[in-house]
Amino acid sequence: MAYRKTLAGLVAATMLAGSTTASFAATEIQWWHAFTGRLADLLNEQVEKFNASQSDYVVVASHKGNYSEALNAGIAAFRAGEQPHILQVFEVGTATMMAAKGAIKPVYELMAEAGKPMDQSAYLASVAGYYTTTAGEMLSFPYNSSTPVLYVNSDALQAAGIAPDVDLTTWEKVGEVLDTLKAAGAACPLTTAWQSWVHLETLSAYHDAPFATKENGFAGTDTELTFNGPVQVAHIEAMGQWAKDGKFIYAGRRNESGARFRAGECALFTESSAGYAGVKAEAQFAFEIRPLPYWASVEAAPLNTIIGGASLWVMAGHKAEEYAGVAEFLNFLSSAEIQAKWHQDTGYLPITYAAFDTTKASGFYEANPGTDIAVIQMTGKAPTANSKGLRLGSFDQIRGIIDEELEAVWAGDKSAKDALDTAVERGNQLLRRFEQANR
Amino acid sequence: MHKHVVFNNRVLPYLLLAPQILVTLVFFFWPAGQAIYQSAYIPDPFGLSSQFVGFGNFEFLLRDRYYLASFKTTVVFSTLVTVVSMGAALWLAVMADRVIKGSSAYKTLLVWPYAVAPAVAGVLWLFMFNPNVGLVAWYLKAMGYNWNHVLNGDEAMGLVVVASAWRQISYNFLFFLAGLQAIPRSVIEAAAIDGASFARRFWTIVFPLLSPTTFFLLVVNVVYAFFETFGVIHTITGGGPQQATTILVYKVFSDGFVGQDLGSSAAQSVILLFVVGLLTVVQFRYIERKVHY
Repeated sequence: MAYRKTLAGLVAATMLAGSTTASFAATEIQWWHAFTGRLADLLNEQVEKFNASQSDYVVVASHKGNYSEALNAGIAAFRAGEQPHILQVFEVGTATMMAAKGAIKPVYELMAEAGKPMDQSAYLASVAGYYTTTAGEMLSFPYNSSTPVLYVNSDALQAAGIAPDVDLTTWEKVGEVLDTLKAAGAACPLTTAWQSWVHLETLSAYHDAPFATKENGFAGTDTELTFNGPVQVAHIEAMGQWAKDGKFIYAGRRNESGARFRAGECALFTESSAGYAGVKAEAQFAFEIRPLPYWASVEAAPLNTIIGGASLWVMAGHKAEEYAGVAEFLNFLSSAEIQAKWHQDTGYLPITYAAFDTTKASGFYEANPGTDIAVIQMTGKAPTANSKGLRLGSFDQIRGIIDEELEAVWAGDKSAKDALDTAVERGNQLLRRFEQANR
Repeated sequence: MHKHVVFNNRVLPYLLLAPQILVTLVFFFWPAGQAIYQSAYIPDPFGLSSQFVGFGNFEFLLRDRYYLASFKTTVVFSTLVTVVSMGAALWLAVMADRVIKGSSAYKTLLVWPYAVAPAVAGVLWLFMFNPNVGLVAWYLKAMGYNWNHVLNGDEAMGLVVVASAWRQISYNFLFFLAGLQAIPRSVIEAAAIDGASFARRFWTIVFPLLSPTTFFLLVVNVVYAFFETFGVIHTITGGGPQQATTILVYKVFSDGFVGQDLGSSAAQSVILLFVVGLLTVVQFRYIERKVHY
């Protein structure tokens, strides 16, 4: 507690120190984000463009650590009354933010007050849906959203005598390709980033299987996890068998495996569509992007995949003129031109249909085959209650639990059924505490 | 008639003690009080509302078998770190004490690791043992051992113990060396003249005479293993795999700062407070009796 206050104090002091350089005439808008490297450069470019385009407002972007750390910094700052105007929060923190009614200013309300009402039909339904209440009110602004796809090292397939255009649409077919790769002596036939997101959360949505009750938590905090159903158990069982046979190589909970794929060690790689920029920059081999495979044996599949990434939350407790500036800035960010550039530079989804059309018209997809797959995956079918996303409290921690239990399967310590049952049981305990804290 | 100097000022002693008391109040009693108060509530992360639950947080924790397992992990981890770092330091100190030529060079080099911050030490070891790119992991593989601390809990525990102990060896080394040099040479030489071997001289003379130092280091090292190894664990394993390296302090952090569950986190701090208090009492009451001053 005391530590948090001190931390917030320091954060505030840093903010003040930073603000002296900005112009005093213009209203200042603070934006705390979690990006580094190339993504941070692109983000700063957007900010500079906005600041140069008008003289009433100055947006100041500050990096606050990784996603979890940025969220913590925002929370600590709010407790100390020093919160920024805009806070980037990863999709996992959505339920936490939504529950904090007094701490946030809903985006739909902000835009309406500023006289720039949002036309929600302009946004990709499966992206906006993640951040929208069941009453259809958009609470945060979708900033960077991606979805898992399959990256293929074509050279590695060829080395194993597999045609590069081999059918990889279903996990059944992928299984056959893994057999061939293993038989040809491949050291790493398949690897994955973000195992829980790709192989449980997205898997569930893709196959129309509930991840949790109450519409995956959209309809209330009294939700219970249900990802130990037959679809999920069968998939994790298959992955566990592949891990045992050395066909699936596990490298870590986040995207540690990306380095191995980009170095050419792995043949197949399930990762976020936003991994595209990195693969394109580093891969010394021919690669291809394919849709995420599904199980042909499940009739409902494939539905849409779900998003990962982050959205921008507007924090409560600021002046009306500052909110007008925030609205101006969000309006700028959602313009087709900015969104199309963001989509093409990063591999994140364009959040509006207009940005998708702009990109299509520019011939980008022909020049960069596979970059539209993520969009098609997200928009191909209308989302069901099982596929519009997840809204679960303490989800960062629940993911940690899922990671632990999956690791037990990959290590051969537990059966898929055991591991998922345990994860559900442990996760439900956290959901109950979240429910209690936000009563 | 007494010889003592008498200060008649009644305020002065309190004034002289005030800074220390103030520091203790602000940095110990106040946060500890806050933690005890918080442990009876389940607040939401933003501090907008709070539910009074009495002992509910403790009840929740004591029924959580992963929390109970974390006690065992902490005991194993602390014991290993303490034994490894003190054992290695004692051995190095005894050896350095015998060296005559270039001893100061050895001593300087042995003290260096202490200057490395825990998080940096963690990253250092992580790079060496990273299953994908680590040099040591690569050598192990070449020798036919498939090192993967990402999935293997015992290997993960071994790695965090070594990384934590490594840094502490320097500190222990300094104290052991100073302790060794304080032992009168004449006693050891007398034993040598009587024909006692090096090992015998060590166990019957040096080790008992070193006991005040050893006891002091035991207390310091246990506290170190409990609280200061956080950085090493955070950078190397993040508490994984399957909570194999989640010690009590790490769980306080991950529940409070990752899970935003401040009530549970506060309750864990309170439990930790009692555990460390108990441990200190045990050390001073039972182990200190065996120390020769």
